[in-house]
Amino acid sequence: MDSMKLNHRKKNVTSAWRGTLRERLIVYSFILPNFLGFAVFTLIPMIFSLVLAFMNWDGANVVTWAGWDNFRQLFQDTTFRIALSNTFYYVIGTVPLTMVVSLGLALLLNQPLHGSKLFRTAFFFPYVASLVAVAVVWNMLFHPAMGPVNQLLVTLGVENPPRWSASVDWAMPTIIMASIWKGMGYYMVIYLAALQGIPSYLYEAAAIDGANAWQKFRYVTLPMLTPATFFVSMMLTIASFKVFDLIMVMTGGGPGRATNVLVIHAYNTAFKEFRFGYSSAIAMVLFVIVLIITIIQFRAERRWVSYL
Amino acid sequence: MHSLSEPKDYKESRFLSHRLKSSLGQAIIYIFLIAAVVTILLPFLWMISASLKLDKDVFRFPIEWIPANPQWDNYVKIWTQIPFLTFFSNTAKLTIIITLLQLFTCSFAGYAFAKLKFKGRDILFLAYVASIAIPWQSYMVPQFILMRKLVLVDTHLGLILLQSFSAFGVFLMRQFFINIPNDIVDAARIDGLSEYGIYFRIMLPLSKPAIATLTIFSTVFVWNDFMGPLIYLNSQSLKTIQLGLRMFIQQYSANYSLIMAASLVSLIPVTILFLVFQRFFVEGIATTGING
Repeated sequence: MDSMKLNHRKKNVTSAWRGTLRERLIVYSFILPNFLGFAVFTLIPMIFSLVLAFMNWDGANVVTWAGWDNFRQLFQDTTFRIALSNTFYYVIGTVPLTMVVSLGLALLLNQPLHGSKLFRTAFFFPYVASLVAVAVVWNMLFHPAMGPVNQLLVTLGVENPPRWSASVDWAMPTIIMASIWKGMGYYMVIYLAALQGIPSYLYEAAAIDGANAWQKFRYVTLPMLTPATFFVSMMLTIASFKVFDLIMVMTGGGPGRATNVLVIHAYNTAFKEFRFGYSSAIAMVLFVIVLIITIIQFRAERRWVSYL
Repeated sequence: MHSLSEPKDYKESRFLSHRLKSSLGQAIIYIFLIAAVVTILLPFLWMISASLKLDKDVFRFPIEWIPANPQWDNYVKIWTQIPFLTFFSNTAKLTIIITLLQLFTCSFAGYAFAKLKFKGRDILFLAYVASIAIPWQSYMVPQFILMRKLVLVDTHLGLILLQSFSAFGVFLMRQFFINIPNDIVDAARIDGLSEYGIYFRIMLPLSKPAIATLTIFSTVFVWNDFMGPLIYLNSQSLKTIQLGLRMFIQQYSANYSLIMAASLVSLIPVTILFLVFQRFFVEGIATTGING
């Protein structure tokens, strides 16, 4: 993706540009209002986080050098281990299902239908709704004793309906369900744009070759969608590793540690226990995991993504 | 599998049986879509219904979707039981200031990245793109320490400074500006327009869709932000609506109908904005998504 961007940029550079002092000042006046803020409040903390992971600090007393201690400690920290596996549980549960559901919705909406904009708006709405409001209504709908979902299940003859977010086994699936519901509209819009960008002559050619609907989907639609699929899988994976708000409001990481994920653990370590260095080490693990997965995805991109 | 057939098949089908099959396929699609819409919007419909009930009736089963005796009073109570108005105006203030600053700084920088040449531009842009991919949570602690050193914790100014210089906003504006032909810019330069003149008289009027997209993105983000205020705001008088909502949930955990009313009110501003500007929003996501 980056090489594509670079090519774009080179074309756009204007040849008439000469860098006199006055002209350079003009350029900086465009960049600096944003860059100063970006550098101070994002870049510097980002660089500092590398250092902080190797230090001990409670925010009040003297900073001491910890070396690899924080990282060594991670191996003994059972909460960290649980949070790590919970994070993967969440990511593996959320990413593929969200992709399938959002692609399915996009395929349905890509038909010549009346009111397709209305449908699109409805599907998209959960995405703009606030997480706190969404989380609280989910918790009420799935309330173990009184919630309408379980009352319905009992009426239908289910004897011991799941206790959803209140049970150790069901809490994570409940959260995964809520997060698919919330996010799918966004990815559906990306898929829909990609579907509408597939040139119709490809389908015409396939029809001449006698392809049926399934074959058209399998050999035209799916390959043509690979750039969008790649983009969606990247965005979704990164977003899923960062999950926080939904879990914080729905279960607070519980019951027990059943939904404690890396960001929740890092948050608690920093802002409840005031172990800033150790929290940074946890966050660094998160960063490294996201980085590795991004690199793997980019490597794999060459093999399965086809650009026309 | 007929749901996947192309629109053209539908038009070209000459045979009755084929057409019949197509319209059957269409009917199935509609049934699917309507079922999906109902399922997806059900939590919101339940929220509306529950917000107009007495607490004891919220969970009564089977669900009474339209309350016989709507408790409009719930919508009055939420403003008196907790300082909801303060939370509401705090959020509105933060949302408006941060959005305006983002529009200003991001479109300026986006223009420079797209249309001006300067030393280190590619490296700088790479830093912006990288910062979008890096989880914010991985540097939230050093950021917090920095803000504490600057005595900006528990102030609105702190949050404003943290969120007004969005890298994503710069990326979005640049992606838009880069598609405006250079000829326009060059012609304006030859006509003697300054860079500011080009920006304000040519680029800005052309970039309305991008401005609209960024406005919605930023508003939705700031209005719904939970983790930022959770970390940075402690004083009751400074808290935002999302924190207020959570406080409400924790303090009045049995007042189900009030919680639903408060949740619903917190959704209204973003909903209105979304419905008015959704065309831009959807297009904006599609373009940034595909170009990204």
